[in-house]
Amino acid sequence: MSVVDTTVVGRPLIELDGVSRSFKVPGGVITAVDSVSLAIGAGEALCIVGESGCGKTTTGRMLAGILRPTGGRLIYEGQDVWAKRGTDLSAFRRAVQLVHQDPYASLNPTRTIFQTLSAPIYRHKKAKGNRDAVNRVRHLLQVVGLTPPDDFLGKYPHQLSGGQRQRVAIARALTVDPRLIVADEAVSMVDVSIRISLLNLLLGLRNEMGVSIVLITHDLAVARYFAREGRIGVMYLGRMVELARSEALVSDPAHPYSAALIAAIPEADPNITRSKDRVMLKTAEVPSLLALPPGCTFHPRCPLAEEGLCDVLVPALLPLPGGSPREVACHVAIRERQPAAELLA
Amino acid sequence: MTPILSVRDLSIDYRTRRGPVHAVRDVSFDIAKGETVAIIGESGSGKTTLAVSLIRLSPRSAKIVKGRILYTNDRETVDIRTLPDDELRQYRWSECAMVFQAALNSFNPVINIWEQFADTARAHGLKDSKKIHARAQELLDLVHLDPKRVLTAYPHELSGGMKQRVLIALSLMLEPQLIILDEPTTALDILTQRSIIDLLGTLRKRLGFSMIFISHDLSIAAELADRMITMYAGTVVERASVTDLFYRPRHPYSVGLLRAVPRVSGAMGAVASIPGSPPDLIRLPPGCTYAPRCPLAIPACSEREPDLLPVDMPDHDARCILWKTVAEQVGNAEVAVAEKIATA
Amino acid sequence: MTAAALPRRGDRTLPRPLESAIEFLRLLSKRPSGLIGFIGILFFLTLAFVAPLFVPNQESGDVTQLYETPSLQHLLGTDNAGRDVLNQIVQGGKEIMSVALITAFLTTLVATVLGSISALIGGRFDAALVAIADILLTVPPLIVLIVISALARPTNFLALALVLSLLGWAGLMRQVRAQVLTLKERDYVEAARSLDLGLIHIVFREILPNMRSYIVIHFVLAMTGAIYAQVALIILGLVPFSGKNWALMLYFAQTQGAFYFKDAFWFVFSPILAIILLQLSLVLFVNALEDIFNPRLRSS
Repeated sequence: MSVVDTTVVGRPLIELDGVSRSFKVPGGVITAVDSVSLAIGAGEALCIVGESGCGKTTTGRMLAGILRPTGGRLIYEGQDVWAKRGTDLSAFRRAVQLVHQDPYASLNPTRTIFQTLSAPIYRHKKAKGNRDAVNRVRHLLQVVGLTPPDDFLGKYPHQLSGGQRQRVAIARALTVDPRLIVADEAVSMVDVSIRISLLNLLLGLRNEMGVSIVLITHDLAVARYFAREGRIGVMYLGRMVELARSEALVSDPAHPYSAALIAAIPEADPNITRSKDRVMLKTAEVPSLLALPPGCTFHPRCPLAEEGLCDVLVPALLPLPGGSPREVACHVAIRERQPAAELLA
Repeated sequence: MTPILSVRDLSIDYRTRRGPVHAVRDVSFDIAKGETVAIIGESGSGKTTLAVSLIRLSPRSAKIVKGRILYTNDRETVDIRTLPDDELRQYRWSECAMVFQAALNSFNPVINIWEQFADTARAHGLKDSKKIHARAQELLDLVHLDPKRVLTAYPHELSGGMKQRVLIALSLMLEPQLIILDEPTTALDILTQRSIIDLLGTLRKRLGFSMIFISHDLSIAAELADRMITMYAGTVVERASVTDLFYRPRHPYSVGLLRAVPRVSGAMGAVASIPGSPPDLIRLPPGCTYAPRCPLAIPACSEREPDLLPVDMPDHDARCILWKTVAEQVGNAEVAVAEKIATA
Repeated sequence: MTAAALPRRGDRTLPRPLESAIEFLRLLSKRPSGLIGFIGILFFLTLAFVAPLFVPNQESGDVTQLYETPSLQHLLGTDNAGRDVLNQIVQGGKEIMSVALITAFLTTLVATVLGSISALIGGRFDAALVAIADILLTVPPLIVLIVISALARPTNFLALALVLSLLGWAGLMRQVRAQVLTLKERDYVEAARSLDLGLIHIVFREILPNMRSYIVIHFVLAMTGAIYAQVALIILGLVPFSGKNWALMLYFAQTQGAFYFKDAFWFVFSPILAIILLQLSLVLFVNALEDIFNPRLRSS
């Protein structure tokens, strides 16, 4: 499957090339991710959104090298990652770090913040002696906004708030100088009023250190804020159905599913939310991953679905002509050369 | 008209080894017949402690140290705090029902949905199985679920959205006047959230009950609430109609919270987090508990905790001595606060 | 808690073990039954290991004072050969407790190592080890104990400890394995793997420290098990011991028919009481430990 780079200039840092991941479960085989292609450039901020079961977390974990794809290739700096062995594979693993969702489970409760952050520093000889290690840890704590750093070195995770723990998790990811950080729902379990500061921290890492960030979230408002200078990829039942710049996606979604999501989101603004036009879906039932519909998996619910086309042929993620570079996996939108939002209006 | 629920100066403490935790402090509010009130707060705000105290389901370590919870139906007014056990059982579910968060194990995992209905019905005096069955079918129809499919299912076989609907159906069994919902849309997918919100709106119109939402999610307040209360560190910091609170807040915490939540539609505005963290509820800072994080704080703020003061709009109170400054900052326009501050 | 001084590899203001010990005693003092158990254990440790250093061994007795009732001279009376019972109690604790300690140590060590490796390696090795453990667990322990003792004929207490260990590791191994399987999936272990911290680090710094409480509790429980097993074997005469031992006192009491003499009551009762009180102390202490190690129950 060819990958169309809509915004990335030059060779991408990391690429998912037709990547799939299946799991055997009692009852059959679940294809959690189906032929997803995505290219991420150096210093890019990208968001993957979708509802539960769409495969976004699985995709994130494959990007981080934690899960091995059952189909397709993961390409890092031009080389197939899983064809590597030994030290090369370890080097890749360090280059891509994952920040977990649950701040209460991501840090070892029996180790102090200093112990947690210094372990990789010592292990990978990033410091010359103890004093240097302490200074490096102090520096990292400052980068993630935990100041004064000396207040945190001797503390245990249970003495920190959820937001502070996430900052430590980010600092830990930074100890090995990664090129890409995958933040898997990293702000979902944190208080609402501090989510923005964590997102700003991640964006700051990109701006100042050139680290690419992929944020996985189910919250479209968070995605819009985070990816406002970048792209959002929408996933549905294991497939990428739309890939577009944040503002374009939000104001003029190309895929009917994206349009339905955006129309359905409850917003923190009474006038807007009480007067939103809905996109009526044919049914509220989400198909089971064990029995996916043929053709476009969204067709049983899609108001634009055409018999004989959408229920037969799987739509490819193709570029949609228009103002902003974007890709959409929808037969009707591609044929009409128009985003679904316009077709549904 | 007497409000159906009137909470006055309610204060609740938890006993802990380090000392009493002042989880709820001097909370007062009313809710009228058919009205929907949203209580919005983050972790440590006291909202859940408050909610469970309204039907006296607080854990044993919680103690109501002050205040009254007055409930009124057509016949009489009673103080929930002092209700004897048999009257309390009647109050619970036939007058006031609670819908818990479906994602948090609110179901007994080893019995099916029909038995959940039957158990609840029998616990409240209904004995005729046929009648209970008919009622269960009626209720499941109301929440747009297929009784044939759902009654025989076990909780783990249902999706999050379906479970939340069943909990709503169960709460309506005895036609209560008041329903309390604890984080009804948290942890649900977007499309499912939308269907639950629409369902609650339809049911409210059809059956005319009052609702109290407890949530950290501002959007559910924006969707369904008539009035809104923001809570911080155990106390009410602002009380207003929903449009007043979203567009014309008068407390710096409300402003901070509104600014901290990004939206999908409309202009982004000046989105920003609130610096710092909520205070320790055992050792509260002197004076206004929000002062340490407040951009407007002056020395007078830390001297004495302010009372809930009426502001320049009717039926609107804020616990801030500088509410006029806040009013100057946000003005009165029907535009999101984040946008207003961005263009200011 | 703030680190006032420049922290070295994990150091804080006080040496860690001392600070943990003080905290532990503080938590224990809030649980009376546990405190009683702890004091009981200390008492018996002193009685078994320290007291014999001061109380000389009495080999022969005064045959004119057979089965005497307790008096100022013989606080717990005398036995069938006129020997002081209290003296025997003092001398007799060492072997029982040594066997208990050594067995518990060996069992815990073997079970922890096998359980961890099995969980981390997985595959056929894991399946084989679990099968062996299951077999050991299904067979009635006392029967196996008797058979092994008959075959191995342990003549001293070390050998007995080894025999008991052969049997005791299976249950704990399965539990350790289950715990490690769970902990292995924790986010922080996954992070450690992605940061390439190495298997040794993951086992010793990430996983095992989170099982500390587990291991300590099972150590103490293994002691109680070992004491019961020893007593059973010795009383049944399956172990050809000589020397001083509470269980041996009971064995001799049985063979000498002391159970039929009213005057021999203290000779029979003293070792029983000692064993019961020791077990009780261990159990009370373990109950408090479970409470202390569970952060949710701790509520501090």
